[in-house]
Amino acid sequence: MENHEKKYFLDDPRNVQRVLYVFYFICALSIFAEFFIKRYVDHPWEAIFGFYGIYGFAACTVLVLAATQMRKVIMRKEDYYDN
Amino acid sequence: MITSFPPFLIFFIGAALVTVTQGRTRSAVLLAVPVLGALNLMQLADGLQFQIQLFDYTLTLVRVDKLSFLFGLLFHIATLLGIIFALHTDDKLESTSGLIYAGSALGAVFAGDMITLFIFWEVLAVSSAFVILARRTEKSLRAAMRYLIIQVTSGVILLAGVLIWTYQTGSIEFGYIGLDGLASWLIFLAIGIKCCFPFLHNWLTDAYPEASPTGTVFLSAFTTKVAVYALARAFPGTELLVYIGATMAMFPIFFAVIENDLRRVLAYSLINQVGFMVVGIGIGTALAINGAISHAFNDVIFKGLLFMSMGAVLYRTGKINGSDLGGLYKSMPWTTTFCIVGAASISAFPLFSGFVSKSMVMSAALEEGYPIVWLALLFASAGVFHHAGIKIPFFAFFAHDSGIRTKEAPLNMLIAMGIAATLSIFTGVYPWFLYDLLPMPVDYQPYTAAHVLTQMQILLFSALAFVWLQKKGLYPPELPGINIDVEWIYRKALPAVAVWLVSLGAHFRIGSLARVQRWLERTFNQIYRHHGPHGIFARTWATGSAALWTTVMLALYLLFYFSGQMENLLVGF
Repeated sequence: MENHEKKYFLDDPRNVQRVLYVFYFICALSIFAEFFIKRYVDHPWEAIFGFYGIYGFAACTVLVLAATQMRKVIMRKEDYYDN
Repeated sequence: MITSFPPFLIFFIGAALVTVTQGRTRSAVLLAVPVLGALNLMQLADGLQFQIQLFDYTLTLVRVDKLSFLFGLLFHIATLLGIIFALHTDDKLESTSGLIYAGSALGAVFAGDMITLFIFWEVLAVSSAFVILARRTEKSLRAAMRYLIIQVTSGVILLAGVLIWTYQTGSIEFGYIGLDGLASWLIFLAIGIKCCFPFLHNWLTDAYPEASPTGTVFLSAFTTKVAVYALARAFPGTELLVYIGATMAMFPIFFAVIENDLRRVLAYSLINQVGFMVVGIGIGTALAINGAISHAFNDVIFKGLLFMSMGAVLYRTGKINGSDLGGLYKSMPWTTTFCIVGAASISAFPLFSGFVSKSMVMSAALEEGYPIVWLALLFASAGVFHHAGIKIPFFAFFAHDSGIRTKEAPLNMLIAMGIAATLSIFTGVYPWFLYDLLPMPVDYQPYTAAHVLTQMQILLFSALAFVWLQKKGLYPPELPGINIDVEWIYRKALPAVAVWLVSLGAHFRIGSLARVQRWLERTFNQIYRHHGPHGIFARTWATGSAALWTTVMLALYLLFYFSGQMENLLVGF
């Protein structure tokens, strides 16, 4: 079948990869910026270098892995309550 | 002097007019209500107004102070957005019940006494149930009935608490209560049901996603925010709320990650955001309360925006499950853009509204010595970005191309989403307009280099985790199916027990539940005859306490009546 549809920027996997490279660079930049921006610290945990980045990454990983395990216990078929 | 009206009255009159008009006239009436309402709101002077005498008590229909004014203004904005979003539908039932629903939310936040509060609390429950069943599907009807039973239960508990409170203190004023004694606990529990405290939350995620694409937008704005208002009024600084709120912020995100129905993802996310507000009210300092209230304001707008974008997707494609969607940015670019603004706002990106309010609660948690709660809220912040900030836009508009090609959302939907998006960015860029409306003076500067940097770090690395998990194939795919929650108890376990009991009863010829109900009715009638206002025992009573006990019995009767009705409903379930 011929495809007449307009080709979008994100349809090309190479472009997706380019977007991701830019994203990785910004992530690295945000950690690097900590050398220059003095953080006001309310609590000793916050003083750890890169604390927010590490915590954000770890939190999301734990969240997703735990939720995936939860599926084994709580997931049912869509018509579960219907009968 | 310029005449003003109680805010709810304009909405109730509007609702009446909606039933007798149609087409463009009805649209004009609908649009006029929040606009005239807002003009009226500006005219209202501070203090207690529209007081009426009822027996021994003075009802205060309207109390205007900074707290009630802010919620009043918010509800007018939410109504206007909801109405514009629904202009194409011309649905009399949904519009009428929507206006009564919004009006009773206004009635509740402006109520100066607890009797007025209770009345609007119940109108809120009934009218919102009609908003749900206005979708007119079998599923929405059943969800609305379950929802109504839980909401009415909240009202009955509130009434019991109010009556005992009034009996003990002699005052019906709705002010600070604090947790002390049975009455306060009952009121706390009643508000807790509407506020979605853990284990009491399931009505929201059950019913909201069953309403129509436009109905859910209405629903998301009012009930939980009335509860947040009531908590801020009656229970500020109650430490228990800190832990309840932290739990509310945490547990729904796990459900949200694996939920397939994208409006149900948003419903879980709604509870998560209310959790932040509850923590703020629990901490109770000026910073924390301001954070809670301003976050409620922002949340109604950005959560409304997210529900609108998913409503537009459902309206155009007829699908809302993540497993059926994807690639819609090609056909719905504007909806995609507005959805991303809503996602950025709820995730608290700098320059978007969530950034200027959520962090107040988090700063207060650290300042007041709740580091573990702070860590939990930080976890929840990363989590909300994950499910509402990334998952919603990603699975609906990007991900794999589902092949669905449809039209952009109707113009009225785009306008409503555009206004909500503009408000979210405006508050993010210029928070001082909102800060000036807050109940306490604001001494908070959201835009420091450190705050912007740390927030960007947490968001960027949460996104990095998403990318990494996707690439590794560890991210749970969107699968058709449902996840059981607390509702399993009353949708599966209790009906099974009841069916078993009924069969047992038939076996022993004890009769059905209807006989139990008749017995209860007889008992209550007898109690009423002897102890009611005309009863023989009433002669020894003061009028006030007679009225009190009669109402307690009526409340109990209502509860038993509803549980009697459960038998009929069980057949439905």
